[in-house]
Amino acid sequence: MSEDKFNYEELGLMMGLEIHQQLDSKTKLFCRCPNSLTDKQPEGKLYRRLRPTQSELGEIDRAAYEESQRNLQFIYETYNHHTCLVEADEEPPAPLNQEAVDISIILASLMNMKVVDEFHTMRKQVIDGSNTSGFQRTGILATDGYVETEYGNVTIETLGLEEDAARRIGEDEGKIIFRLDRLGIPLAEITTSPDMHHPLQVREVAYQLGQILRSTRVKRGLGTIRQDLNISIREGARIEVKGVQDLDLMPTIVENEVERQLNLISIAEELNNRGAVVEEQIHDVTDLFENTQSKVVLSTLEEDNSHVLAIVLRGFDGLIGREVQPGRRLGTEFSEHGKKMGVSGLFHTDELPAYGITQSEVDSVKERLELGDTDAFILVSGGYEKAYNALQEVIKRAKQSLDGVPEETRRAMDNGNTEYLRPLPTASRMYVETDIPTEIINPERVARIASDLPELPIVKQERIQKEYDLSQDLAEQLVHENNADLFEDICKTLPNMDSTKVASDIAYTIKDLRRDNLDTSKLTRDVLIEIFKLVDDNVIAAANTEVVLKDACNDIAPQESVKKNNLEKLSDNVIEEGIKEIIEENKDMIIDRKMGAMGPLMGKAMAKFKGKADGKIVSSIIQKEIMNLTK
Amino acid sequence: MVYDGYLREFLELSEITVGDRIKVTKPEIEHIGMLLEKPDYSNENTLIIKLDSGYNIGVDVKDAKIEKIESGQKPSIKLDAVDKEFDEKKDNLSILSTGGTVASVIDYKTGAVHPAFSADDLLRATPELVDYANISGRAIFNILSENMSPEYWIKTAQSIYDEINDGADGVIIAHGTDTMHYTASMLSFMIDTPVPIVLTGAQRSSDRPSSDAFTNLMASVIAAKSDVAEVTICMHSSEDDPACDLHRGNRARKMHTSRRDTFTSINMNPLATINEKKLSINDNQVPYTKRGENELSLNDNLGQNVALIKMYPGISPEVIDYYVDKDYDGLVIEGTGLGHCSDEVISSISRATDEKIPVVMTSQCLFGRTNMNVYSSGRHLLAENVIGVEDMLPETAYTKLLWATGQSSDVNEIYDIMRTNLKGEMNTTLSQKYFIKG
Repeated sequence: MSEDKFNYEELGLMMGLEIHQQLDSKTKLFCRCPNSLTDKQPEGKLYRRLRPTQSELGEIDRAAYEESQRNLQFIYETYNHHTCLVEADEEPPAPLNQEAVDISIILASLMNMKVVDEFHTMRKQVIDGSNTSGFQRTGILATDGYVETEYGNVTIETLGLEEDAARRIGEDEGKIIFRLDRLGIPLAEITTSPDMHHPLQVREVAYQLGQILRSTRVKRGLGTIRQDLNISIREGARIEVKGVQDLDLMPTIVENEVERQLNLISIAEELNNRGAVVEEQIHDVTDLFENTQSKVVLSTLEEDNSHVLAIVLRGFDGLIGREVQPGRRLGTEFSEHGKKMGVSGLFHTDELPAYGITQSEVDSVKERLELGDTDAFILVSGGYEKAYNALQEVIKRAKQSLDGVPEETRRAMDNGNTEYLRPLPTASRMYVETDIPTEIINPERVARIASDLPELPIVKQERIQKEYDLSQDLAEQLVHENNADLFEDICKTLPNMDSTKVASDIAYTIKDLRRDNLDTSKLTRDVLIEIFKLVDDNVIAAANTEVVLKDACNDIAPQESVKKNNLEKLSDNVIEEGIKEIIEENKDMIIDRKMGAMGPLMGKAMAKFKGKADGKIVSSIIQKEIMNLTK
Repeated sequence: MVYDGYLREFLELSEITVGDRIKVTKPEIEHIGMLLEKPDYSNENTLIIKLDSGYNIGVDVKDAKIEKIESGQKPSIKLDAVDKEFDEKKDNLSILSTGGTVASVIDYKTGAVHPAFSADDLLRATPELVDYANISGRAIFNILSENMSPEYWIKTAQSIYDEINDGADGVIIAHGTDTMHYTASMLSFMIDTPVPIVLTGAQRSSDRPSSDAFTNLMASVIAAKSDVAEVTICMHSSEDDPACDLHRGNRARKMHTSRRDTFTSINMNPLATINEKKLSINDNQVPYTKRGENELSLNDNLGQNVALIKMYPGISPEVIDYYVDKDYDGLVIEGTGLGHCSDEVISSISRATDEKIPVVMTSQCLFGRTNMNVYSSGRHLLAENVIGVEDMLPETAYTKLLWATGQSSDVNEIYDIMRTNLKGEMNTTLSQKYFIKG
């Protein structure tokens, strides 16, 4: 704690986590399409527009409104059989996926939550195009749970069950391209209370929730889990940081956000002391740049109807350039808001002259706008409407800087900083999904699921490590790759089989085969049991499973592989005969080296038997023969 | 649906009404939120509350203590007034609303989509229409289109007549999609119009951001300003957003339960396509009635009752007998193939024609023309004085026969009307182009 950069308790730091995890049900949440992504070439395309509408409470959501101003148009990539009319928003949704509900009830029980009596599917307005309908279907399945941490219990406020959004693929002439394969994949949304107070605690809770999620049927791998962080300090405001990938980065993100909020608060104090004012008038100063040599300005003026527009920020001089996060200034935040309207950036007095804009150009703007010593201006150049809208956004953001920290949604960056994404959504985003009937959840169903909960990964790892006498690494690998159940199943079916051999083939050998692009999906439970049984029945040597496994990936049956590769173990007689031959050939060396000849002879013998003899048996026969010869 | 029985009594006693902020305390859990009305499928003993997060949940009141925290107002939809100053230079369009999905809003009371917008409300939700025309609007009634009936057709036709008579340069009818093609077809016979009459609707309710209502409505405004002075249907061309097709109203049919491009012209192509606010005629070789070509007139006399009967293997002659016994004014048969019926029902049909009930043959193939000369069963029907109506859609034949039986009670005169092309509803030639397979 002594290493903390800030006194978090004094600052009233509050943090909450929101985790989105894809569930691994067979089909999607509201249609029976496969619950998987595809890399196949899209087979169809849709062109659509969205428009914000009224919610049942009669207010248009402000985040939705801002998005609509950008007049977004969308292209959706579709498939003939991997997606259907539901994702295309051409058919009402199918009933709620009950498998996803069951998985969610497992999660709710593991987090000590109370499952709701009735699940109501809601429409959450999202008009960035990521949902063809313009809303995400979502509902609350459970409330009021907790997880234990070394910093005390953390409340889990809600567990939501919702559909994932479409995958953003790229942009084409101002239209955003989405692929519909991801739309509708079931997501569990876990929201904690904002009752975490130390940066390291968030990481611990995120880790624990990850453990809980991985104990049941959830998807693994990149993009299957997304973590958002809510951060506020007492004098600041609530910030939602989206897309935190790396648990270890969480403490840094928190630290940088606290720093940002403290800086914004101190800037606000300074501005208020100076009596700073954000003027709403937008000035056209295009004529002052008629002869500009600035390449940056010139390039933006190539568009039709281009202008250079300016606003006046009285009392802001020196503060726009002040750093709020490592390497990011107040001006960076202004610029991010402007960029949402499509301009490439802005210029402010604290950084000028620069970018080829000369001191005399700066002076002429100052003179035109009648700036005093403590005043600042911001310039935006480009198409008139775009530049005008951008400056309006900057005016809005600049006004907020008089009050300190604005509430907003920000995106996590790889270096632990954050950047502006959009305003925080308000509750009016929600209204009822009328196409999905209310889901009544019987207490009996919850009780039945709660009575048979899966082990948490760490518990399972410790147990199988002990029970099967495995190394920690092997146990970890099995649990982490979700293979522990398969391993236990095989060991229970073949109780005499060497469990470490089974574990290492599952954890390493098969993984290597997959890395070599072999189709390891052919290695089903039954195939694996057949292969290990060959070892168990002493038909092949343990070392030869790899060959048989590899063949099985290519549809060669284990028995056939044994025959084809001539893997069948040699009988004791054949081994004895073979060894005798080797002994005969090496008599001189044996007499010379006595037991020292053991190593070289073993090598020769194993080469001769090509792995078809058990090393232990070979070794014991050689030993016996050496002793006979040197007695 | 409202709260019933025990819960209703309890809420009344506690003076809790929908919209109030309440606290529900149960042994293990407590919820605070706004009380909502109940949707369908909800359990009897469950309260629905909207949490502060905006989510709704259902709470079983067993062992629960319910307190009112504060009274609330019922949420209501508010829209700003539209600034619609009259502009002499713009066309005057009327939007008449009949209900259905194009004009609907979420009714949280029942949790269902309800036709609740007046045409004026619709305009407030789509204020950009005002840039293209002087628009007046009113709701003539408010029904789901499956509840449409001949009385409503008469009312609609009269309203349209009044609007045009009062100077409308075009009329748009907001209509549910289920029976839009019946209405369009019927209106085409009831009104001779000098201006466009455009029916439009939506396959995705207008409460949602992806609704096709806005595009359809905008395209309809363009169609209503055009020179296509017919009764038309204007809906999405494809699953994509910008383009709409303008179908001749008595030639179109709803062909998909849910897709945006559900309406399809049958035995012809759409008259025009409207893309990005521009209308283009699809085929200059296909004639259409132009603005001002016809004088305005209304003929809303309809027969009492006409039936539309589908033939299928195993059909009982009693089906036909029923309508004859009930003294129907006419029967439209949706026959198999070229226009056939099973031998089983021939005698019943003969009974109908003997009693001077006109019997009109169409085909359940929809595409193509009836021809009862090819097979003996067709010839039998012709002998029984059943007439074929060429390539006319069954739904169109139904509305036309209902109208024709309002014009005359003489079966031969009715047959003459049925076999005369009045509003482009039938054709003497069929292009190879007119089929699903192109």
